[in-house]
Amino acid sequence: MALLPLVYLLVRTAEAGAGRIAEELFTGRVAVLTARTVALAAVVTAACVVLGVGTAFLVGRTDLPGRRLFAVLGALPLAVPTYIAAFTWVSTLDGFTGFWASAVVLSLCSYPYVYLPVVAALDRADAAQEDVARSLGHNPWRTFRSVTLPQLRPAVAGGALLVALYVLSDFGAVALLRTDTFTAAIFTAFDLGFDRTGALVLATVLVALTTVLLVGEGATRRRDARYAAVGAGARRPHTRLRLGPARLPAALLLAVVAALALGVPALNLARRLAAGVSRPGSLPEIAAAAGNSLTVSAAGAALTLLLALPIGLLVARAPGPLAAGAEGLSYLSHALPGVVIGLSLVFFGVNVAYPLYQTRWLLTLAYAVLFLPLAVAAVSAAVAQAPPVLEDVARSLGRSPARVLATVTVPLTVPGIAAGAALVFLTCMKELPATLLLRPTGMDTLATELWTHTGVAAYAAAAPYAALLVALSAIPTWFLAARTGALASQEGTR
Amino acid sequence: MSPSRLRPAVAAALGGALLFALAACGGGEPASEPDDKTIVLYSGRNETLVKPLLDKFSQQTGIAVQARYGTTAQMAAQLAEEGDRSPAEVFLAQDAGALGAVNKKGMFAALPAEATAKVPAIYRAEDGNWVGVTARSRVLVYNPALVKAADLPASVFDLTGPAWKGKVAVAPTNGSFQAFVTAVRVQHGEQKAKEFFTALKANDAQIRANNIEIVTDVDAGKVPAGLVNHYYLGEIAKERGVTPEQLNAKLHFFTPGDSGAMVNVSGVGVLKRSATDPDARALVDYLLGAEAQTYFAEETFEYPVVAGAPAPAYVPALADLKAPAIDLNDLETLEASIALIKESGLTP
Repeated sequence: MALLPLVYLLVRTAEAGAGRIAEELFTGRVAVLTARTVALAAVVTAACVVLGVGTAFLVGRTDLPGRRLFAVLGALPLAVPTYIAAFTWVSTLDGFTGFWASAVVLSLCSYPYVYLPVVAALDRADAAQEDVARSLGHNPWRTFRSVTLPQLRPAVAGGALLVALYVLSDFGAVALLRTDTFTAAIFTAFDLGFDRTGALVLATVLVALTTVLLVGEGATRRRDARYAAVGAGARRPHTRLRLGPARLPAALLLAVVAALALGVPALNLARRLAAGVSRPGSLPEIAAAAGNSLTVSAAGAALTLLLALPIGLLVARAPGPLAAGAEGLSYLSHALPGVVIGLSLVFFGVNVAYPLYQTRWLLTLAYAVLFLPLAVAAVSAAVAQAPPVLEDVARSLGRSPARVLATVTVPLTVPGIAAGAALVFLTCMKELPATLLLRPTGMDTLATELWTHTGVAAYAAAAPYAALLVALSAIPTWFLAARTGALASQEGTR
Repeated sequence: MSPSRLRPAVAAALGGALLFALAACGGGEPASEPDDKTIVLYSGRNETLVKPLLDKFSQQTGIAVQARYGTTAQMAAQLAEEGDRSPAEVFLAQDAGALGAVNKKGMFAALPAEATAKVPAIYRAEDGNWVGVTARSRVLVYNPALVKAADLPASVFDLTGPAWKGKVAVAPTNGSFQAFVTAVRVQHGEQKAKEFFTALKANDAQIRANNIEIVTDVDAGKVPAGLVNHYYLGEIAKERGVTPEQLNAKLHFFTPGDSGAMVNVSGVGVLKRSATDPDARALVDYLLGAEAQTYFAEETFEYPVVAGAPAPAYVPALADLKAPAIDLNDLETLEASIALIKESGLTP
């Protein structure tokens, strides 16, 4: 399925001919765009790693005051679509545009991609190893650096990769904050003279950039690294670091991050609701849009998980060319803008699966193609931390591989799988370009309603949809935060 | 889980997906029943504006309209991708360029002459395959606190002067801006057009994503002036519950005949598969009828294109604008305009 967009790109770029391709690609403009896009991805990824790992550490491993609250606040920005965040920022602060503005907004919206897997990995990491290190005389910082951090590697790298891919494909924020990236140029090509071919040729560059990223991420993986805790019997609480006089400043810092990521959009939306006279549709209309958002997103999450499970298992248990290939493919389409994925499924629907065209089925499929990596990352990280030795034991006791999968591997990885499902679900809720192209005629979702009303400056009418979108997305986000263990964390402070 | 058992399964799944993707087409065209009292409309115009009108149409004619909304440009791409298997029967577009692009793919059926004849020739396709529904004039929106009335330019060409450095906002990816570029090229030739837009960029023109942003910023005094379509002032006034006259931002119309005073249209075309469908025809007739034309003037502040309908309240009459005559349908021309916009550095 993940191949569809690539096949489509291949077909359409081949049509363009070598001359046209060269004319589109080998220009100074493409070089500038590439440099800017890569720089933005690098800055945002670095910022997200700092924010994400920092928040996860403070929440998961210190005696931070109000850490349960911060555990949820750290995940919530994921519920805010970048187009809403950017729109509220630029209308709150005059002249808040350009590269650094985009970097700030994208970082604030996407650091949960790093925070969530890291806080989960911190919780699952083997407490015994850390205790051993400390008993051998390592101070807390050295223990963290030499024992804990290496265990976090898959979570940090996976989260960072998702952030980088997200930045490559984002249009909402960069368009509103006037930063010309590759995806902005692709959308512009569609708008300028309805130039489909030019846009798609440009999209191939994104595929190339993603390949480079994937190779880079692969290079950070250590072969034969072990991330699972074995033996040990009952799980023991991790030692929490006493922050001492740094407690309040640390809490303040997290509060500021939360205020910037959540408070700015919330205040601005409230102000717009009060200032405008336009009103949203009737209650049944709003309810229908919310219902559609929930059902297509749930279907999208289910299908994505179904497809991600074998790939995730393969990546964690049978690393090799096949696993790397399947995983890489799923990531490749993730960096493509929604409009390209949307058009590729229009192409697929019209030519191959006509009865599915403009039905919920094809829209669901589009979500799966778009968001497969989110689920693959969650599943493979969870499988990696489930001890393979338990599977070996089960098999040695005569269980068939299928039974081992059902009774050992899946139960061990359920939290990771659930987290992946929640992540995909709330990303589906926010998706707009592919939804516009593929939704059944007449079906509105919260995201499309939001787009409709902001399109005619009816901000007061749009605000309730935005609020509902964020509120409904907050439920799976809460669940994500709860699953990671940050909420149910052990209180042992030593 | 044994790797050796997993691998073949995943390989099969991936291979299957590939085959599925490559197995191209076959099958018949989507059935369009003539006179089945339903039509599928692809609307590149906003649902809030169009839906109330479609509801009235359905009430009066008993024809149900299944409307699909999207951005005009992406719908044009979608139609091109769908080709002759498109479920669309009618395409209502925000600007002439998109209609021209779909027409160039040979997807529109000719409209009956008695329908197109209602609309002046400059607001419809030369081959009669699409027709304008409303007209919108290019204007300079300005903030009187930052721009004195005496300093307002007679011609759009004045905006490259030092007095306007950094003071003018434009939305170069907007369809109407592209049509404006075409107007400059047709009236003054390639060389002068290129000089003008390069100079506009060099004069620190402020780039915005769309016209609403420009009008909002001008109204708030963040930028003194901007090149937009005339009706956005009405849209923003409506949201704030005031009349357009009560906003800070004011409209300035360039001298009649100036490239800056060009007029663009939104329009409609019927897809080939519904060439003889009376339902599709009924919708086109309705959009060009008195009720719809009045609706657009009153609710969306656009100019009606059919004689007899009242003009919107806060602007001069369309006939007085004397827009420069250019062929809105000429896509070759559009491509040249786009090349020019890219060259000028106004877009990424």
